[in-house]
Amino acid sequence: MDNQEMLEVKDEDYRVWHDTNNRVVFCEGSLRLGGAEEYAPITQILEQSIAHPPIELTLDLMGLEFLNSSGINMLSKFVIKARQKAGVKITVKGSEAIPWQGKSLKNLQRLMPSLVLEIS
Amino acid sequence: MPEILGEFLEDLPHNTEFLLLGFSPGSLPIQQRWRNNGLSADFLADYMTTFFPGESRAKLADIKNTVSYIANELLENAMKYSAGDCHKPISIGLHLFDDRFVFLSSNPVAQASVDRLENYIKELLTSDPYELYIQKLEANSENETNTHSGLGYLTMINDYHATLGWRFRRYDDQPTIVEVSTMVQVSL
Repeated sequence: MDNQEMLEVKDEDYRVWHDTNNRVVFCEGSLRLGGAEEYAPITQILEQSIAHPPIELTLDLMGLEFLNSSGINMLSKFVIKARQKAGVKITVKGSEAIPWQGKSLKNLQRLMPSLVLEIS
Repeated sequence: MPEILGEFLEDLPHNTEFLLLGFSPGSLPIQQRWRNNGLSADFLADYMTTFFPGESRAKLADIKNTVSYIANELLENAMKYSAGDCHKPISIGLHLFDDRFVFLSSNPVAQASVDRLENYIKELLTSDPYELYIQKLEANSENETNTHSGLGYLTMINDYHATLGWRFRRYDDQPTIVEVSTMVQVSL
């Protein structure tokens, strides 16, 4: 089954898209969706991005101003999925100027010790 | 007698800056008012920065982020778990003290949900919060249909070093409904 890959989801508060050429998933804006069901389209983009390993994926969160705990759950689930697949390397890029990233992203490394976290 | 779990200050002094927002849960379906959580949380955050003149941009950004994150989580919980059709209000207050912020949210909860919440809080209060957080994340990853991540309180404790407390108080006129108040304290 070769459906058209969903490469972007957005609304007025956020935009998530997969740059397939450079193997980067970007998240921008504020993500405060109501739970796993509402986050499903974003989960789908993330899971598709690592569907064909070996792959080195960058998750660029430098424009993600806000993420609620359901969103943290969604990212954590994705990282656990990535950990369970052979041949997937993940680099997460964050911004020092966005305080939640310094507080919460380090937990992803605990879930996937090989994950590279770059906060600049 | 109200029941208290965790650290809960019964009488908050009123001689401080505080802001109180109220919501009537029956007036709009939850989907339509969801966006209000973020707007209200951001408003509380922006408003509070007024009281920190001369602080660095980084410190102000940190204060805004902390207030916005915690207020948003409290409002999301209140909207998700409030008993419908009981005509009891939902509220969130933010009090500024010299050394800390105190958030207080209150909402009506049906008895069945109260039991579940109490069990969860007891688990939270008797566990290592970081180990419990990792354990919940691993467990959630195996449960595709889980709609309640249970991570809001744990992220407040682990990532924001918050102290949490709860008060459960039965309404006199509606004995099957309980007013659940959640207090979150964060040092400045």
